[in-house]
Amino acid sequence: MSLLNRRDALRSLLCERGEKMIIVTGLGSPAYDLASCGNEPLDFPLWGAMGGAAMMGLGIALAQPEYKVIVLTGDGEMLMGLSSLATIAAQRPSNLRIVVMDNERFGETGQQQTHTAISTDLTAVAAGCGFQHVRTIRQASELEPLRMDLHSLNDLLFAVVKVSPEELPRVLPPRDGAYLTHRLRAALLGAEQALEA
Amino acid sequence: MRRTDKRLATSPSIHHEQPVQEWAQGIYELFKAHQVELISFVPDGGHKQLIAYCQRDPAIRTVTLTTEEEGIALAAGAFLGGKRSALLMQSSGVGNCINMLSLPRVCNMPFLALITMRGEWGEFNPWQVPMGQSTPVVLEASGVIVYRADNIEEVCSTVEAAIMLAFQSRCRVAVLLSQKLIGAKNFTRGDK
Repeated sequence: MSLLNRRDALRSLLCERGEKMIIVTGLGSPAYDLASCGNEPLDFPLWGAMGGAAMMGLGIALAQPEYKVIVLTGDGEMLMGLSSLATIAAQRPSNLRIVVMDNERFGETGQQQTHTAISTDLTAVAAGCGFQHVRTIRQASELEPLRMDLHSLNDLLFAVVKVSPEELPRVLPPRDGAYLTHRLRAALLGAEQALEA
Repeated sequence: MRRTDKRLATSPSIHHEQPVQEWAQGIYELFKAHQVELISFVPDGGHKQLIAYCQRDPAIRTVTLTTEEEGIALAAGAFLGGKRSALLMQSSGVGNCINMLSLPRVCNMPFLALITMRGEWGEFNPWQVPMGQSTPVVLEASGVIVYRADNIEEVCSTVEAAIMLAFQSRCRVAVLLSQKLIGAKNFTRGDK
């Protein structure tokens, strides 16, 4: 069985994304993957803050309960913020979904193996932290049920998508954090309110 | 050792007999007045009463963190969603935050932390001293404006100034609540 291509998988998950889905990505490959699908006001690709993507997603989810918030990150970034899964499960926001594109590599630094290549099962970690809805996906046929849940599940969700470690051409999203911040706030809060704090 | 304990126990100018946190209600009321509605923390004894006030209020969401830098990313997400927040921690947690502080800085986001100090005024535990002493330096090197309150009379005005600076001028601001204010712990005397 061949491993999923990460960008094909993401394109499947973002099909008919709608206007009520915010996506925060971890730095590196997930940010490039999202950029390869487009560049939307509700996208927030991180270029740093490693380990913080899931917690950023929690903050947005708590502040904007009417939106679905997707944290799209990689195994390396998730491993650095592993204990945030405990924090998030304790809060249990029903509109937050964490999707880990797990290629079992540190892709930015020379494709070194991560712990998921050797011993760590992120899905089991999330379940152990208290996530009620967890799954590991290895086949394309499992993507559509996940896509449906991203939209309609009324509970916290954690999914690992096992993907190929092949290196893909980088598609760079905007790097200006202040711009990304204002763009997302303007889309959520309106142009005037986005200038307030 | 025993002789030292006796001397400390009779020195109320250094160690309060029963630490009181009269400022806690004032800070809680400032949160309410300035719409700070999300409070995250790694608990500290010095924040005990403030945490209790926040947890009793259904209009305030409280988030218990496993490590302090989570609270910085949480605050950034909350700001993206249009909600004001504050992070409560002890000085020993500041070192955990350094890289994550690049997030509000690069994104020009407000950030407010209230930090109870250890490792300074009459500290009993030597393990608290290094981080306590480097706390203001580390914060300033990370682009955070540091205020400090040493006396109860200045706590609320200092916190209110920090709230204004953080949210009106979109700055990263920390208020250090000094150990002199909070009272030093001494386990050999039975403090909890």
